[in-house]
Amino acid sequence: MIQFLFKGLMRDKSRSLIPIIVVALGVIITVFLQSLLSGVIGDSIESTANFTTGHVKVMTRPYSENSSQLPNDLALVGVDTLKESLQKQFPEMTWAERIQFGGLLDAPDSNGHTRSQGNVSGMGIRLLNSTEEITRMNLVPTLVSGKFPSKPGEMLMSDELCRKMKLKLGDKVTLISSGMYGDMAMYNFTVSGTLHFGIAMLDRGLMIADIEDVRSALNMENASGEILGFFTNARYDNKLAKEAAKSFNAQYVSSQDKFAPVMVPLSDMNDMGFLVAYSENVQGIIVSIFIIAMAIVLWNAGLLGGLRRYGEFGLRLAIGESKHEVYLTIVAESLLIGIIGSVIGVIVGLLISWPMQTVGWDISSMMKDSNFLMPSVMRAHISRTTYYIGFVPGILSTVIGAMLAGIGIYKRQTANLFKELEG
Amino acid sequence: MIVEVKNLVKKFPIGDGFFTALKGVNLVFTEGEFTGLVGPSGSGKTTLLNIIGTLDVPSEGDVIVLSKSVGNLNPKEAAQLRKEELGFIFQNYNLLPVYTVFENVEFPLLLLKMSAGERKKRVLETLEWVGLTDKVKSRPSQLSGGECQRVAIARAMVKRPRLVLADEPTANLDAANSHHILQTMEKLNRELKTTFIFATHDEKVIGYLHRIIRLADGQVVADDSPLNPPKGDFKSEPSEGTFTNNTSLNSSPSGRLGGAL
Ligand SMILES: Nc1ncnc2c1ncn2[C@@H]1O[C@H](COP(=O)(O)OP(=O)(O)O)[C@@H](O)[C@H]1O
Ligand SMILES: [Mg+2]
Repeated sequence: MIQFLFKGLMRDKSRSLIPIIVVALGVIITVFLQSLLSGVIGDSIESTANFTTGHVKVMTRPYSENSSQLPNDLALVGVDTLKESLQKQFPEMTWAERIQFGGLLDAPDSNGHTRSQGNVSGMGIRLLNSTEEITRMNLVPTLVSGKFPSKPGEMLMSDELCRKMKLKLGDKVTLISSGMYGDMAMYNFTVSGTLHFGIAMLDRGLMIADIEDVRSALNMENASGEILGFFTNARYDNKLAKEAAKSFNAQYVSSQDKFAPVMVPLSDMNDMGFLVAYSENVQGIIVSIFIIAMAIVLWNAGLLGGLRRYGEFGLRLAIGESKHEVYLTIVAESLLIGIIGSVIGVIVGLLISWPMQTVGWDISSMMKDSNFLMPSVMRAHISRTTYYIGFVPGILSTVIGAMLAGIGIYKRQTANLFKELEG
Repeated sequence: MIVEVKNLVKKFPIGDGFFTALKGVNLVFTEGEFTGLVGPSGSGKTTLLNIIGTLDVPSEGDVIVLSKSVGNLNPKEAAQLRKEELGFIFQNYNLLPVYTVFENVEFPLLLLKMSAGERKKRVLETLEWVGLTDKVKSRPSQLSGGECQRVAIARAMVKRPRLVLADEPTANLDAANSHHILQTMEKLNRELKTTFIFATHDEKVIGYLHRIIRLADGQVVADDSPLNPPKGDFKSEPSEGTFTNNTSLNSSPSGRLGGAL
């Protein structure tokens, strides 16, 4: 019987093809939007994480409370051992020490007198003998001249500031800053390369040097302001990050040490909470919108189709089906339509999302001088969710649409189903 | 006795009140009848037929169909009765356009959970009775009105129901086709002893009826059983011939009946 009905369904293009197209279109859009939004939001989160916050960040408690002031006098000490124990406790994560600092760059002339000066916001990261941080911060494409530091004492700086200070590659500059113990710190660097980010905040005055140089410069022996933690080869997962922070912080709850370390998940830093919450809810939002929109469309299509089919329904009642059976077959038919439409929609949606993930859409020209840390290439992100998310609106909307449309069968008296035809 | 209608009243809600379509109908139908409910449009023929066919329920009184009280059947039992014992023929054929002639006729058998082989045998045999063996694979849209109604008759007959209810079966047909399908049905009535109840106001149909129940305004106004069923038109039809032979139809699936039509 079911087979017989499905045969009819497939032959009646207005009942099969059109709803399948509607479902497939809705599913395609759902799949594409889901992968695109989760890609874009995820990438924003990742670039913020890679650049400043990490997926989690370990600091001293007072540093975390004043982190916007980059208070290196409150930095973590004994970083070697701390990092080792972090690695042991969280083997699924990678850890990177960083020092953020502010200061003044002074370019001397041949006589040692100041030629030009500029304010810098600096970062000390592992640059020598490792490309891990260069990769993580995606610095390669931002290098506009020179090369990455290859020996101690070399540094990278913003191309814009370099020009403003009339510096050339290889010039010596002095960093003037305050050391960890409140002392005045002076340290000489050689400019080895210049960077351009297209982000005003960074291009105004960024300098990046190897963390060991920065330690020497600021008297921060075996210390660092922050240790960033990243889920190895994985995107930010708010639940895991929160769990990690909770278990790490539990060890220090009763610590009397005023400078005890504290771990903060990304969602609690730099107003990232909103973005994280948004990314977590984005699937639900898209799916709900499409379920409602498609169910309304399919409900109406089902009503029209149903009106046309009163002859069939009437006949089926006459040859001995109950209304209940007829209703169930309508729902079963819609389920089949929903599955076929969803499969097509998911496949096409993935085919569209795929180039958006691998190639992406370069929006850097539109994003010139933005103030946000936003990836310059918009990319989709196909996750496990992407594969099944389309089925939710695809199937629910057809079934809900059919159920709503089918109620008419119950509302109408059996005999009237025939009258509709005779009229 | 196959159907007994007892003090049947049917009221339809209209606005704040009711419209009484049947006003106390009493009738008895016996097995093998070839009977028509005859009356002007609006006299209650369809309403009565629908209640006999368990597609509608009485407001008052009762209808006993094959020993079952229609008013007391739940929807499932009513569906069961229709599935096993009743056949319906409609004015507008009501064939399903996406299915072939074969599939349309096969449809009622699917509900009876018959094997594919048995279904095929039955369908072909029934199509032979109505003379449509050459249209097995056609779609309804490729058939004439007369052919469509013959498919509908085959669909009603394929499960060998005891009672066939036909509501204005000739209303959309020209004279020749009307006579053709009436002969077919009369033949089936005679050979298979299937009971037929028609609703009609078509004079051509009335000519074939063995019993005429006249309805007017929801009431039975006359119930005649002509001693000699009028057969004038019948005789004049060229295709009428070997049909009156009274061997069982079931034992001769090929040839005789098909040839007669
Ligand atoms: N569902 C209904 N609601 C209201 N009135 C109805 C309904 N069905 C039939 N009627 C009325 O009952 C009367 C008899 O209808 P019907 O049995 O269809 O007549 P016939 O088949 O003899 O033309 C008509 O006046 C019709 O308008
Ligand atoms: Mg009628």
